[in-house]
Amino acid sequence: MGLTLAEKILLAHTDAEEIQPGEIVMVACDLVMANDISGSVAFREMARMGVTRVFDRSKVLMVADHFMPAKDVKSAELQRILKDWSGEQGVKFYDQGRGGIEHAVMVEDGWVVPGDVVAGGDSHTCTHGALGAFATGLGSTDIAACLAFGEFWQSVPGTIKVDFSGEKQPFVSGKDLILAVIAQIGVGGGTNHVLEFVGDGAAALSIDERLAVANLAVEAGSETGIFPADEVTREYLDGRATRDWVPQRSDPDARFARELDIELGSLGPLIAMPHSPGNVVSLDDAKGIPIDQAYIGNCSNGTMTDLRQAAQVFEGRKVHDRCRVIIVPASVKIYREALAEGLVDTFLEAGAIVSTPTCGACFGGGMGVLAAGEKAVATTNRNFKGRMGSPEAEVHLANSWVAAAAAVAGEIVDPAEVLGSVVA
Amino acid sequence: MSEVRVFEGRAIVIDQNNVDTDVLYPGAFLNIPDPELMKNHLFEGLDPTLRDQLVGDTVLVVGENFGMGSSREHVPQAMKAAGIQCVVGKSFARIFERNCVNLGLMIMTAPQAAGAANPGDMVRIDARASTVQVGDATFDARPLPAFMLEMIELGGLVPWARRRVAS
Ligand code: SF4
Repeated sequence: MGLTLAEKILLAHTDAEEIQPGEIVMVACDLVMANDISGSVAFREMARMGVTRVFDRSKVLMVADHFMPAKDVKSAELQRILKDWSGEQGVKFYDQGRGGIEHAVMVEDGWVVPGDVVAGGDSHTCTHGALGAFATGLGSTDIAACLAFGEFWQSVPGTIKVDFSGEKQPFVSGKDLILAVIAQIGVGGGTNHVLEFVGDGAAALSIDERLAVANLAVEAGSETGIFPADEVTREYLDGRATRDWVPQRSDPDARFARELDIELGSLGPLIAMPHSPGNVVSLDDAKGIPIDQAYIGNCSNGTMTDLRQAAQVFEGRKVHDRCRVIIVPASVKIYREALAEGLVDTFLEAGAIVSTPTCGACFGGGMGVLAAGEKAVATTNRNFKGRMGSPEAEVHLANSWVAAAAAVAGEIVDPAEVLGSVVA
Repeated sequence: MSEVRVFEGRAIVIDQNNVDTDVLYPGAFLNIPDPELMKNHLFEGLDPTLRDQLVGDTVLVVGENFGMGSSREHVPQAMKAAGIQCVVGKSFARIFERNCVNLGLMIMTAPQAAGAANPGDMVRIDARASTVQVGDATFDARPLPAFMLEMIELGGLVPWARRRVAS
């Protein structure tokens, strides 16, 4: 019996000779990450474990990104702990202005290579599956053990194969592909499973788009979402990654728990309605909903690809009077690239604000939370009740073209209507 | 091997599926590192009045895919600090389940028991026998893998790690 990609990676990171879905194994980490929220609790628990030094300081990084810049004294304390601890341990620390949102920074600075096991104190660590890693989100105590021993326990997941076939339609992005998956299997449908994305439609995606797809794997309950590494991956990692890697894929006779076919030719932009990423409807069914705030950014859709899509809509147009727009480039590098390309000017001219890279309002932390009764469209990954502020606010998840078009129209609208006959 | 324990308490029932960790413990309070203070915000986005039922030993009874979303450990930390002895549910999201195990908070998948419990019912969990008793009725639970059971009985990942460091 052949192995899936996830099984191969896990097997290579355990002492076991073979592994079976459902079996609990200890998995070695190539990389351990935490942030200003998960970090301080993890450090405390590591100390309680009786361990004073991290297992390997070259495999650990800390990123201050959630309550960043600090919104109050408590948040500032968490960042100080993160910084001091990183200094004591001699591990890489991304401070304010040096990095950005953790998952964006890890990818663009070449921390992750295909075949890695990545343990992150953040549920969207699954993002790194875009590069062919088994990357998974863990709680703080788990991260404490990873910092101490370089290992975590893991029940071997099954794999759901997702076959994207055909060509993406205009104004469809990675966001829509993964929303289509969640719509089919539900927010718990991926539990104890990995999503593996294959097919010509998957191979055609850029790394930015793959990041958006893998990022929302956890929204289906999955351990991670993974793309087999290919030439697109190699091109992206050349000049970034310093470690060697070999491309791997699932064996032809690997056992999949389930197979899903998603035909891109018939897929239009999608919207996840309040209050669940699984509450997916077609753009047509959401048209006309008035919008008070558009939020373009976060770890799934704050890439250059997204900012260019948004700029295409905002170019020569104004944000509607009833609407506010917050644009959050996912990293300092992306911010500078957007600046150099003139996108920031386009956004400011349209009446949007451009935030420093931060998690901010994405999780209701600060920097643009919503008031009761407000409706937002966001390119983020979660629209749970109260996620971005008031529990009486409503968040609609969408891609960057759709979010920008809604900002211009003041309501959810087809970007094709805003852009006239211009085709993406 | 540590002693075998039975977990019991009065049921607090959340009769919904797909309850996310954002409503269980909203993001705005994630800058609180002390579990004793975290418990003041437990259930905040779902129904803060549920906190009124957190008297003495309690068992939280929940629906399907409970605890989905964020990896925030504040949820089970706050639950433990608030006296919740065990979470019994129809099914659980993966990170939430493992966070409970890592903190030594008993977590049982027992769909029938979860469907049968009413608020205030006495619930008794025998993890070794994989049974959940609700009032007078006894239901089967999904057996916990030996590794997870051992970790919970030991008190979680910290004591488990201390034992590893010692050996
Ligand atoms: S941007 Fe949002 S989803 Fe991404 S890591 Fe930050 S809080 Fe989490």
